[in-house]
Amino acid sequence: MIGKGIHIEGLKKRYGSGETAVDALKNVDMQVAPGEVVGLIGPSGSGKSTLLKALGAVIEPTGGRMTLGGKVIYDNGWKVKDLRALRRDKIGFMFQAPYLIPFLDVTDNVALLPMLAGIPNAEARKRAVDLFKALDVEPRAKAMPSQLSGGEQQRVAIARGLINRPPVILADEPTAPLDSERALAVIRILNDMARQYQTAIIIVTHDEKILPTFKRIYHIRDGVTYEEAGEGREF
Amino acid sequence: MISLAGRDIMHAWGKFVFTGVGLGLLIGVTLSMAGIYRGMVDDGKALLDNSGADLWVVQQNTLGPYAEPSSIYDDAWRGIRAMPGVAQTANVTYLTMQVRQGERDVRSMVTGVTAGEPGTPGWPPYLVAGRQITRSHYEAVADIATGFKLGDRLQIRRNHYTVVGLTRRMVSSGGDPMVFIPLKDAQEAQFLKDNDAILQQRRRTTANPNFNRPQVPGLLEAIIASQSTNAYVNAVLVQVEAGHDAEEVAQSIRRWKRLTVYTRSQMEEILVGKLIATAAKQIFMFLVILSVVSSAIVAFIIYTLTLGKIREIAVLKLIGTKNRTIVALIMQQSIALGVIGFVVGKITATLLMEPIFPKYVLLEPLDSVIGFGAVVVICILSSIIAIRAALKVDPAVAIGG
Ligand SMILES: Nc1ncnc2c1ncn2[C@@H]1O[C@H](COP(=O)(O)OP(=O)(O)O)[C@@H](O)[C@H]1O
Ligand SMILES: [Mg+2]
Repeated sequence: MIGKGIHIEGLKKRYGSGETAVDALKNVDMQVAPGEVVGLIGPSGSGKSTLLKALGAVIEPTGGRMTLGGKVIYDNGWKVKDLRALRRDKIGFMFQAPYLIPFLDVTDNVALLPMLAGIPNAEARKRAVDLFKALDVEPRAKAMPSQLSGGEQQRVAIARGLINRPPVILADEPTAPLDSERALAVIRILNDMARQYQTAIIIVTHDEKILPTFKRIYHIRDGVTYEEAGEGREF
Repeated sequence: MISLAGRDIMHAWGKFVFTGVGLGLLIGVTLSMAGIYRGMVDDGKALLDNSGADLWVVQQNTLGPYAEPSSIYDDAWRGIRAMPGVAQTANVTYLTMQVRQGERDVRSMVTGVTAGEPGTPGWPPYLVAGRQITRSHYEAVADIATGFKLGDRLQIRRNHYTVVGLTRRMVSSGGDPMVFIPLKDAQEAQFLKDNDAILQQRRRTTANPNFNRPQVPGLLEAIIASQSTNAYVNAVLVQVEAGHDAEEVAQSIRRWKRLTVYTRSQMEEILVGKLIATAAKQIFMFLVILSVVSSAIVAFIIYTLTLGKIREIAVLKLIGTKNRTIVALIMQQSIALGVIGFVVGKITATLLMEPIFPKYVLLEPLDSVIGFGAVVVICILSSIIAIRAALKVDPAVAIGG
């Protein structure tokens, strides 16, 4: 019986075909329990982004099996019809840069996600502001993204990833542009959120500053994953 | 759900207002072009309305008197007057020429009207100042657009006229203001030769042995007299008796008098369909060009704005925004640009073009409605390139490499 969280077995992704084919993912196995934060590290070109894209349902794998939040989404073919709704409801995304929508204020940048899912505006905004309290950006709720510092923007982006309470969060180098204090603050928030909302979180990173915080780390090399116990240092 | 397009416009309002104003000037010119065409049609209709005629009797097989030269004998009206169903007839002459007043001259359509009373076909139906022509010579009623004033002395050919009345909206189909003078004077003005020419003709007639026959006394004088008088007018205006069908009356005049007769609707067709057809085609060409330029501008701006948002669009797609929402975002922006442009254009046409353009600009509400519809359609079509670019954006772009 597969529980909630993230379960990946023998995932494969081949780009192209014939002589120019690239096997970006050869054999990926990963398990992330609800409430757990794991690191994913690997050299450039090892397949990290490809794995996030496959998990994020924006590229189609070429084999294997993926389960998100207790639901098989891929088993040698998509098992979900509406990938867009899957992304909206089940997966929170965070990127290296915050990528906030510049023409929406901070609140609506985050509230947009529940709104897209059909939640009334007022309710969606209330949820956003509640999250801002936890993330310490509530005073900036009415500001435009361009008026925020990099750290504040990143926290708003985290709020956006959390707002729909997705069972899964995929973060691609979320701390890269931050200094070590801010980077650790972001990781702390993600750990708190993971515990509080029972979210399974994968953080792709090169970042030496945050590596010691993971209890478990997956290494990926040439499209193959290896698991390693981390230091899981409290911070 | 919030309006993404609205928020983006508010955020980048400077760009939208700037582009909208530029587009608006183009739309303003476009609306004015349509207004100029409507003005020409309206001028033509005013000309027909103000003539007070139901039928125009003109030289056989001509499109006279406005679209082609026409001359018929100035006693033809007698026979026409006697036809059943004819209430009133009046000779009329039209000649577009420069009318001098002091140091300046004004291009006008000099109209010769028969002696009679107000209401006679051809007469100006109403005056804004002064009185109608009461003497049979050297009085004039001028349209106010000529700039002439009561008491001004006008020179038409060799004769001088006093302005005794002013009228309004009396224009030729080309938009030239009308100047009414007595028919006899007008006939003379139209066919009058200069003194040298008269002398020359007299000399040639005298030298012609066929005319100069001493054995027939009085012949030469009679011929010379007939050569220097003008017994032509351009048209006879006919009012049909109440209860008679204009087309039937026209038929019988055609049959019995061997003249060409036009009814009001035929005349309108000649003015609109033939006389101003070339101008209408030119205006239509301009409308097409302006529409193409406008849509190119809208397409370019919306495409540029969309390309500047590729990353945001990828993020929107990644977090689960429907394609429909993204299409709406772009299309609404395009339409918003069109609406700003239309408002600016309408203001430009109404406050700027209409008062200062040297031609009558008639801005019909229906044209504005059609123009608005066209702007919206053009904006929707122009956004297609940008929409295609946006739909091609891969949400994977947001995750990066
Ligand atoms: N769209 C693509 N088409 C072809 N090859 C790709 C594509 N994306 C990535 N690759 C290849 O797949 C491999 C893994 O890339 P990627 O997942 O981006 O690695 P990482 O994120 O770890 O740097 C690399 O060899 C890369 O060149
Ligand atoms: Mg990468």
